[in-house]
Order: sequence, then structure tokens, then C-alpha cells
Amino acid sequence: MSPLSGSAASLGLRACHVCNLVSRVSHPRQAAHCPRCGAHLHARKVGSVTSCWAFLIAGYILYIPANLLTMMETGSLISYRKDTIMSGVVHLWKTGSWGIAAVVFIASILIPLLKLISLTVLLISVQRRSTWQPRQRTRLYRMVELVGRWSMLDIYVVTLLAALVQLGSLATVKAGPAAVAFGAVVVLTMFASLKFDPRLIWDPLYKERGHERDAQ
Amino acid sequence: MSEHAPLIACHDCDLLQREIPLNPGCAATCPRCGAVLYRNATDSVNRTLAYSVGAALVFLIANWFPIFGIEAQGTLKGITLLDAVRSLWDQEMQLVSTVVFITAIVIPALEILSLVYLLLPLQLGMLPSGYNQLLRLMRLAEPWGMVEVFMLGILVSLVKLTGNFRVVPGVALWSFAVLTLLIAAAAASFSTRDVWCCVDRITGRKVAP
Repeated sequence: MSPLSGSAASLGLRACHVCNLVSRVSHPRQAAHCPRCGAHLHARKVGSVTSCWAFLIAGYILYIPANLLTMMETGSLISYRKDTIMSGVVHLWKTGSWGIAAVVFIASILIPLLKLISLTVLLISVQRRSTWQPRQRTRLYRMVELVGRWSMLDIYVVTLLAALVQLGSLATVKAGPAAVAFGAVVVLTMFASLKFDPRLIWDPLYKERGHERDAQ
Repeated sequence: MSEHAPLIACHDCDLLQREIPLNPGCAATCPRCGAVLYRNATDSVNRTLAYSVGAALVFLIANWFPIFGIEAQGTLKGITLLDAVRSLWDQEMQLVSTVVFITAIVIPALEILSLVYLLLPLQLGMLPSGYNQLLRLMRLAEPWGMVEVFMLGILVSLVKLTGNFRVVPGVALWSFAVLTLLIAAAAASFSTRDVWCCVDRITGRKVAP
């Protein structure tokens, strides 16, 4: 690639988020549309930090019931058990399915937690206009976006197992209240990471070098 | 390095740069943050169209036939994805059931259909009506299609079930595996940049900032 002197926004240019066309805006404060596809042009995602915080805090709150309440109730003639996410993992581990236990642990416990923490770190660093390791922080954001969806795994497992009821077998599986909370955590953190604008990580660098940053 | 090459701004760090021609199969990355800016996917429109048509057929099979069957009281009964969604709904889990319905059925179907609707006319040198809105919609829907996660969900449920039941894998199990591969292949060969180049060629529009 051949980099030019700075960020598109600082040069009065906007990149379209739909078709990637870079176009010049005459008045940075006025609403502009992409000349090719007609999408709204924004220098940065509108209200990125505020809405990201909102989704994130909601995610933190629901993360607690998601882990404390029952995810799945399994009943048969001989046994009855209630499992939280963690006890489900432990049960899988004890019955010898180590691989699957590890997969579920990573997808249902590790990924949501790391995602919440990573986004918090990113948001705080952006709000403090930190210039620390922008490349690494951008990479962290890309990772959050990439792995976030895999948390949905447990929701799908519960859905498939809950269908056992329909089979008229003596064993039944019921989804517990944690499923609602956990599903909400996954969806909320996905919204949070979609709302975060990684370009904000790079903006403080321009100011430090004396470039004039474009008003949003 | 041409003076008239189109400008491109990195979507992750907003660094402004000029496009360079790429060899087939190569990708251009941002020199500052390492994000992939665009790829030169070989024969993008044609290949994505082929994968999408394939995916559409497999999608129907995957949703029509049972994912797995279980022997209960001497009879073998199978469950489809819709059965699972419905029984979750009946368990007062409407919210979760809706999320599963949207991410595992609606969005993947929408993605496949819009790809076919968009690319078939382009391949024939015509512009599909409403392509602007459709491309915007596809961008919004893209993060929410989760067939590959659902596939992993099927495998985990199978392991959980085999402990207590005699489980018979169904046609849809294999179909979902194939669907996962086809959707991944379509996503890998799809390039919005090529679609817009195609659109610009057909409309005869000159693109310059």
C-alpha cells in the first residue's frame, strides 16, 4: 500500500462504511451522503463510546445471573439435575468428554468474560486519549469481533437438547432462566463491539503530532 | 504507484492510502494497523454465485430433514431445527427461541438469497433493482449469521446425548456441515469491492473523490 500523509477524516475526507468509497465533504458538520451508494457518511460511528458503554454495562449486569442461575434442567426416571454453565462444564469433564468440556468452557465462560474486559480496556484507553500501543489495541478489537459470536454455542446446545421433549422420551431437558440472561449477554456484547469504533484508538496520535483533527 | 489510483481509507485506523494492483489471491493490508483492506479474489462474482446457489439448495435440505433422531420407547423420532426452536418457544423461552430462529435460520437464508439476487444479474451484466439498500442490509446482517457456531452446537449436543441415548445422525447433520463450508467459501470469495467495480462498470460512473 502507499500511505498518504494522514487519516481521511483529518483531510476532510469520509470513507463510506458500505461501499468504501472515499469522498470529500464540503461542510464537516453537515449530514453527508455517499455519492455512490447513498449511505450516511460519518467520520466516526455516531455516539460510539456512549452506546458501547451502555451495552457493555448491561452485559456486565446480566453476566452475573447468566452464571449463577440454572442453564439446563435434565430429568429422567433415575436422575434429576440442574446445571449452571460451570457445573455443566464440570459434569462434561467428569464424564470423560474433556475436549467438549474445554470447548464449552472457552465459548461460554472465557470468551464472554475476556470480551467484556477487553472492551472495557479499549473504551477507557480511548476516553483517556491514550497513545499506548495503538496497533496492539486494534488487534485486540479485531479479535473481540472475531471470537464473540462463538459464545452463542451454549444457546444452540440448549435449544437442540430441549427438543427432546418433543420425542416423547422419558428424559426431558428444560432450558433454565440463565439461558435468557446468557443469550442477552452474547447479543449485548456483540452490539457493544459493533458500536465501538477502532479509528478512535488512532485519533489521539494525530493531535500529538500537531495535525488538526476533524470535528465530528 | 499511480497518482490516479483510487483512494482508500483503512476501516480500522482511517489511514488514507492509494490502492495498488494485486496479484490474484493476494490481500492488501494496512501498513499501520495490519487490517485487511481488500483482496483480489479470483473471479469473485462468478465463484460466489456458484457457492451461494449451492448453499441455497443445501440450506433447504438442512432445514427440512431431521438433524438427529433418538430411539425412544422403541420408535425412532427425529428433530429438525424448527422443531427445536418451537419446543424452546413452548417452554416459555420465547426470547431465546427468537434469537436462535433469527441467527440460525433467518439471517443465513437472507444472506444466501441476497447474494444470489445480487450476483446473478451482475454476472449477466444487469443491475438488480434496490442493490444499494440490499448491500447496506447485508452489511448490517453479516455479523448475525451463525451457521458455523450452530454446527459446533450440534456436535456438542451429540456428545451430550450419546451418554444416555441411542442417537442416529440425520440427513440435516451432514447438510449443516456442508452448508457451513459453502457459506464460508462464499464469504471468502465475495468481495464488496468487486461488486462495486461491477456496478460502476455497468452504470458507467466515474469514481473519483
